Amino acid sequence: MSDKNKFSILLTLIISFLGYSFHLYRPGLRIQADTNNMADKGKKLWQQKNCGSCHQIYGLGGYLGPDLTNIYSSRTEQQIKAFIKSGTNIMPGFDLSDEQSKQLIAYLKSIDATGIAAPHGFNINYDGTIER
Amino acid sequence: MDSILTMTELLKDNKPVSEKYIITGLVLFLFALLFGVTGALQYVIPGSLKNLLSFEKIRPMHVSSAVFWIILTACGAVTCYLGQVAGSLWSRRLSLVQWYLFAGTIILILASYLMGIFGGREYWEFHPALAVPVAIAWVLFLINVFKSIKVFHKQPVYIWMWLTGAAFFLFTYLESYLWLIPSFRSDIVHDMTIQWKSYGSMVGCWNMLIYGSGIFLMDKISDNKKYSYSRVAFILYFLGLFNLMFNWGHHIYTLPAPRYVQYISYAVSMTELLLLGRIIYHWKSSVSTARKHYHILSYRFLLAADLWIFLTLLLAIAMSVPAINVYTHGTHITVAHTMGATIGINSYLLLSFVVDIFDTRGQKTNKNITTGLYISLAALFVFWISLIIAGIVKADWQMYGHDIPFSKMMRGLRPYFIAFLISGLALSAGLSWIVVTILSAHRKGKREERAAIS
Repeated sequence: MSDKNKFSILLTLIISFLGYSFHLYRPGLRIQADTNNMADKGKKLWQQKNCGSCHQIYGLGGYLGPDLTNIYSSRTEQQIKAFIKSGTNIMPGFDLSDEQSKQLIAYLKSIDATGIAAPHGFNINYDGTIER
Repeated sequence: MDSILTMTELLKDNKPVSEKYIITGLVLFLFALLFGVTGALQYVIPGSLKNLLSFEKIRPMHVSSAVFWIILTACGAVTCYLGQVAGSLWSRRLSLVQWYLFAGTIILILASYLMGIFGGREYWEFHPALAVPVAIAWVLFLINVFKSIKVFHKQPVYIWMWLTGAAFFLFTYLESYLWLIPSFRSDIVHDMTIQWKSYGSMVGCWNMLIYGSGIFLMDKISDNKKYSYSRVAFILYFLGLFNLMFNWGHHIYTLPAPRYVQYISYAVSMTELLLLGRIIYHWKSSVSTARKHYHILSYRFLLAADLWIFLTLLLAIAMSVPAINVYTHGTHITVAHTMGATIGINSYLLLSFVVDIFDTRGQKTNKNITTGLYISLAALFVFWISLIIAGIVKADWQMYGHDIPFSKMMRGLRPYFIAFLISGLALSAGLSWIVVTILSAHRKGKREERAAIS
């Protein structure tokens, strides 16, 4: 393989990769930002407390605790608040203020609104792809 | 006169800088094993160490130690081998500054975890402020790699792999921090799409550095450079690069992301079947070559990695089929894949470079390392299987038993977690034995070297 061919292939791949990347970055693919909202503050808290080390969102994260994508639909806000405040025999209590608990719950509510994480609702197509 | 010559040789040699990387990497590897076992204990005895070292602290300590073991040792190997290929490294000082940046930041990262300060993102769980020195260190590495190579035509495949691995790593690393821009994090699905896009490609980048060094080492052992200039080598390299860029979507098949992400990733991932086919086709010759070189310690690690490339690729291809991924996603099968890739492939390959770069001659050293390798190989297989079985049980629960509470399902996994902990202990013992043997042999060699100079 000549150097010319190698550089041509590399250039084609780089252009395709950048094209695909910037296509995925475009604002049309996401909802508008509101950094002052409760959910955004809740997301920051989720990260600061490293909740993802034990819990999953859409099956991504830790394995010690349950997936919390749709926890907002299956528990009351009071129950979620109690879990966050007191912890369990495995999970430490995070001693959050009422305001922080509200922010975290707002984040869980916003995740819940995006879709369903449980994999049992997917249809499997003959070509190996899946769709809900 | 002889002493002066030897000292000049030592000063010209790039080994001392790469040795810093490798020794730091090996120490981090020991940390990763220790934190890994501590974390595994919390699966078997839930709530243990909850107040002292709870899981949200121990997991990032394990992950960051493992990731930096891989990155630092890969940098060390590339730095050393680049010196051998190009005659000398462009700037030894730049490489030293890079090492100081890395070492200082890693200490801060581990300390911040202990204090409960997190950034909370998978892989990079440290505070985003600490991402800055890591990025600067990588830019220095990139400059050194590009400047050392000088001529860009008629280069072997491993040079291409080092260049693209180093360059794309910076891109994917910066991409993984796009969430700091509010508009990128405001939509959770979009945020997770970009996050796993960057992580999927990033792993491919450090694999480029490691596999490139692996090809260099194979050339060196066989004393034959034919392969690294061959058409096949470059076709496989471009196939790897193509997958690095586009196959990351299998991480997010179940996310409500655009459907073309699934189609592109599925189609691209299937091209890996070509790699699998090639491995099977060349298996026999690879084994016979290994027999020929059986006395070489590096080759044993390369062969161990070869076995794990086969097993991990098999699992990865299966998991890339959306219809299978829907079962395996979010289960311990994903962990099994990660462990196969990071220990079975990356760590064995990195250890093959370490025993090549460090002086590990001597019958006792050889015997100890080989014993450690066999113990770790057997334990890794049990470890891997126990994770796969735990994953199958969890997959069954996710698909058909979702009315059963999560805690009850986890109690059902306990026997597999016990097997995972015991085999994890044996694995850690075997790998630690290798690392300690290498470090003490290296120290002894250094002492003898100093005595000879004086």
